[in-house]
Order: sequence, then C-alpha cells, then structure tokens
Amino acid sequence: MTEQGVTSVTDQGPTIRIDEPRAGDAPSETTAVDGHVVFDVRDLSVYYGPFRAVRDANLHIRQHEITAFIGPSGCGKTTVLRCFNRMNDFIETARVEGTINYHGVDLYDPQVNSTEVRRRIGMVFQKPNPFPKSIYDNVAYGPRLAGMKKKAELDDVVEKSLRGAALWDEVKDRLKNSGLGLSGGQQQRLCIARAIAVDPEVILMDEPCSALDPIATARIEDLMQEIKSKFTIVIVTHNMQQAARVSDRTAFFTTEVNPESDRRTGVLVEYDLTKKIFSNPGDERTEQYVTGRFG
Amino acid sequence: MPRSISSFSKRDAQMLAGVGLSSICMAALIFGRLTPLHGRLGFAVTAFVLFVVTYAVMSSFTESRPAVIDRVMTVLLTAAAAVALVALGSVIFFTFKRGWTALRHLNFYTEDLRVTGPEQPLTSGGVLHAIVGTLIMTAISLVLTVPLAVTCAVFLTESKSRAVNAVRTIVTAMTALPSIVAGLFIFATWVLVLGFPRSGLAASISISIMMLPIIIRSADVVLRLVPGSLREAAAALGAPRWRTVWHVVLPTARSGLTTSVILGVARGIGETAPVLLTSGYATSLNLDPTNNPMASLPVTAFKLVSSPEPNQIARGFGAASVLMVMVLVLFTIARVLGGRPAGRQSTRQARRAAAQSLADLARIEPESVPEAPQLGERAGRLPAILQRK
Repeated sequence: MTEQGVTSVTDQGPTIRIDEPRAGDAPSETTAVDGHVVFDVRDLSVYYGPFRAVRDANLHIRQHEITAFIGPSGCGKTTVLRCFNRMNDFIETARVEGTINYHGVDLYDPQVNSTEVRRRIGMVFQKPNPFPKSIYDNVAYGPRLAGMKKKAELDDVVEKSLRGAALWDEVKDRLKNSGLGLSGGQQQRLCIARAIAVDPEVILMDEPCSALDPIATARIEDLMQEIKSKFTIVIVTHNMQQAARVSDRTAFFTTEVNPESDRRTGVLVEYDLTKKIFSNPGDERTEQYVTGRFG
Repeated sequence: MPRSISSFSKRDAQMLAGVGLSSICMAALIFGRLTPLHGRLGFAVTAFVLFVVTYAVMSSFTESRPAVIDRVMTVLLTAAAAVALVALGSVIFFTFKRGWTALRHLNFYTEDLRVTGPEQPLTSGGVLHAIVGTLIMTAISLVLTVPLAVTCAVFLTESKSRAVNAVRTIVTAMTALPSIVAGLFIFATWVLVLGFPRSGLAASISISIMMLPIIIRSADVVLRLVPGSLREAAAALGAPRWRTVWHVVLPTARSGLTTSVILGVARGIGETAPVLLTSGYATSLNLDPTNNPMASLPVTAFKLVSSPEPNQIARGFGAASVLMVMVLVLFTIARVLGGRPAGRQSTRQARRAAAQSLADLARIEPESVPEAPQLGERAGRLPAILQRK
C-alpha cells in the first residue's frame, strides 16, 4: 500500500488524501469526535437478477472503528458487506444501484480496478479457508502477489502478520507445516494474518466466529480490538452480544416483505453508535430485535 | 442373542462350510442324476443358487429376518466382487502364462524383430522396438494433451461463458468416439491432406484425440471440487483470476489432476487401431517419431498373436504382459509424484517441513531456536521438540 495518507484505487484515476476531513452527514450523528469516513454508502440497492435483496441503504463507515452489521437471516448484511470489496462481482446476476464512495472514489466506477479494490479491502470469511499450503505460504501469498520476492522481506511480513493475528507463538516452530493442520480458531487467525499481510486499509469480516467455540471467539474479539488502531473493521455477526462487545457503531438490518411478490428485501433500519443501538434505539424494530423479542 | 456384524465367528464358518458342502452335493445330484443337464458353468451356477437358498433357510432357523437378509446380501455381494476379481486375475494370469516362454529370455527386452523370423527360437528377437515406440508415443501424446486438456478443464470450470455447455457436450460426445474414427481422421488430414508421412508422431496425434476427452472430463470434475471459498480467499487478497487458478485452484486439485492424466494415459497407451492406421507396424527399432513406421506394444501384440507360429504367439502375449507391467510402473510413478491431496504431507515431507520450519525460525528469530539436536546432525532426523508424542 502507498504511504499512509495517500490512496488511489483507480488505475489512473484521482488521488485523494484521506487525512483531509470530510463533512460527515450520516443520519442521527451523536458523537462529537468522528473519524474520517472510509465508505460513504448512498442509496445502495443490490439486486440478484430481478430480485431486490437490499433496498436504499445509507451509512458511513469510519476509520479505525469497528462497525457491526446485525439483523435476522436474509436481511442483506452479508450482501452489503460483499459490496465493499466487490465480491459480488463473482455472482453473475448481482447488480448494484446507488453509490459506495471509498475515500470519495466510487467503487463501482468502470475505471476502478476491482482487483486493486480487493487488495486494499481485505476480507475474512465465515468458515476458515486457509489455502492447502504451508502456514508460511498462506501468509506470504498476498505479498507475493504484490511482487515481493526477497526472502528477508517476506520473513518480516510473515512474522509481523502472524504476530498481528496473535498466532506467532503458537506456530513459529512449524511455519512450513500445512495450514490445514491447525485448529479451527487458529485457522481463522491464520486467515486474519493472511488478510493483514497485504496491509489493507479495511478488513471486512463475514461472521468470522460463527464456526468457532467461545474461547476461540474471545481470542478473535480481543484481536479485533488490538488491530483496530491500524485497520478499519466491518463485521457481520448473528451474535448480538458480540456486536455489543466489540463494535463502535452498529447497523441494524431487517427484512421487509414485498406485498406483490412475497419476496423479502433487506432494509437498513438504524445505524448509530453501538451504545445507543443497544440502550436507546431510535426504531421500534431495533428495540424488538436487540431485546430478543423478534428475530 | 445379539450378533456381532463385524466379526466372523467359528460358528459362522462351520455353517458356511456345511451349507457349501450340501449345496455342491445337491448340485451334483440334480445335475448328474435327476436332469440330463451337463456343463461346468451350469453346475457352478446351480451350486451357487442352491448355496444361497440353503444358507438363507439355515440362517432363518436361528436368526431374525433382518439378519438373514444381511447374510444373504453379504453372500451375493461377496460373490459379485469375487467374480470381478477372478475375471481380472484370470486375464492377467492367462496373458503372463502364455507369454512366459518369451518373457523369461533377457533378449526379449533388448532386441527387436528385424532379423528374427517367425520360426526362430525365443532366444532371439524381442520387443524393444515396441517398448520404445510406446514410450515415445505416450510421451508425445502427454505433451500434446496435458496442457490442452487442463486449459480446457479450467475453461469449463472457471468461465461463465455460454460456450461452456457446448464445449462440455462436445467433450462428452468425444469420449464415445470410436478409436478407429480418430485414426481415420488423422490419416485423412495429417497424412493424406497435409502430406506428412505415416509416423509415430501421426499415431501420437490420433492417440491424443482419444486421450483428450477422458482427461478433460475427469479434470473438469476434479477442478469443480475445489472449494469456492479458496477462490474467494485468493480473490479477496487481490489475486487476478489467472493467478487464482494458477496458484490456488490447480495446486489444490493436483492429486485429482494426476488421476485424470493417468486415466487418459490408460486409454491412450492401449490404443491399437489408430496406431495401425497412422503409423503402421515395424519390426525394427525406430527412434525418429517424424518418419517411418513406429511399432507400439498393443500393435505388436496384435500382429504377433495373429501369426500361426507358437513362438510368435508367445512373443505377442509377452508384449501384452510388458504393456501391463509398463502401465503399472507409470501409474506408480504418477501416484508417487502427484498423489497426495493438497495440504497432506507424507512422513518424509512432514520431516522435511519440520526441518525447514526450524531453519525459518532460525532465520527470522534466531534467539528462540531450541538447543535441541541441530539440523544435519543426523540428516532427516526429527528434532526432539517436534517429535510426535
């Protein structure tokens, strides 16, 4: 990644300074100190074929914060998350309307190189998915993609990333063993190490703990707190306690039944500070959900 | 009384032996005395049917209905497996038995047939030309087919193009292509239209046509088994499509791809008709695949076995035996080289990985390397701290 402060996602497109403050106009702002806006999502709708999966979402993701997406199944949390690094491109029928500005650059601008977007915006998936390669090669995969060849540099990145993912001490004497030989929680931390090895600005996490036991989950949550000073994290979770524990801001999504077609569309109900969402939500549906009366 | 379904008790053995004996006796009675039937096959079938019936009746005295069904099914399935194995075994045994008189002479592997006539003893002449011809043709076919087939399989699995279904249908249709048609096609295009001579190369091309669909079909299946989550993981790191395929999909599917290549070779190495058409048969060693006929083992076996001379027939069966051994050797090599599923290490690989891990640790963080026996103290020995408990 380029030096902190300067970033460009287009091949020859505009260069934007990210330390230039942007006016935040997110709905119902309640904090005085707001980080810089990384993602500015406006009127985002996502379609799978003719079916609208998410309708008119508006939110700001801020730097060095953990933003949690919560909501019942099928409400479009993951769909929105996967728009942030254009993973939906791989789904043939997926179509996006509205804009997602990443530091002022429209991610879906035809000039934007989606591969470069994914390099800057890393992702950790629901199920740990290490490559069937050694631990070292798993972490070194991203840097090697970016053209890093020198052993000393790679060693350095691998060590830093594994330390960053709180995995180094557990695997340092078996770096050449297969990544598949690790436990589930270790594999997920390996995937986090792999994601941070390319030094992304944002890490998207799609229910990263749903396949893990409580102890491994706690480790990942601690890890998120540790790395949030360096990265911006967006996490999708089914676990409300997790959202309450780790996130700074929470977006609550729910589903609306379309009266004509009987298909359900996800809508963003409320987006605010996590504290407020869980203590004094502005919407009745949010209150019902976080108090466990629905969903 | 509960019956253990996994073990085989003494009582079971006694029952099987008794029932077996009685069914053979009954078959002898029915076959020889009561009916005017005769013949070994009929006897065996009758004995088997009687065996199953008697066994079921005998079991039903002591066992419950599900247990009787279980036993009868076990007998039927075991019999089916035995028939298949006996068929396979007898083919191999018969070939080696008929070829043994030729196989036991060393000159069979070091000489060709250019000076040896059909009536000459087996101490002269051999099938070296066919062995070398088969190896050369298989090698050329592999060079032609593997890149093409893997590329095509990658296209089938990775592309979202509409042509995928058409290509898949054509490939499926090609698997049913009679080999003689492939031979005629190459003969018509390569030899007649383009004017190249009949040669080992022409034969290799026609063999390739037979191998291609087999490899593509199985490679297609294998590549589709690579979890989509791995493709996503690579893409999320900013890997372009081709790098995902090259660094993640293909290495992950390596062992399966090896199997598909083996299947292709198994098909190609035994092809006779196209080789006969496009290369022809030669009795002398020919190392140049671009000119003059080149013999292959199946063609040689075919030619020699059709001779009336017993020595030639022995040589023919010998050639077939050599072909079988060669296939076995090639497969073993392929299995060893590409066999393990990605991410699984053999004991030796694990040992090497452990040593490399220590070397990495020494390089990255020298102070934390344990004092344990250092690398190279005894090459390949697992350092003490890494030994499995």
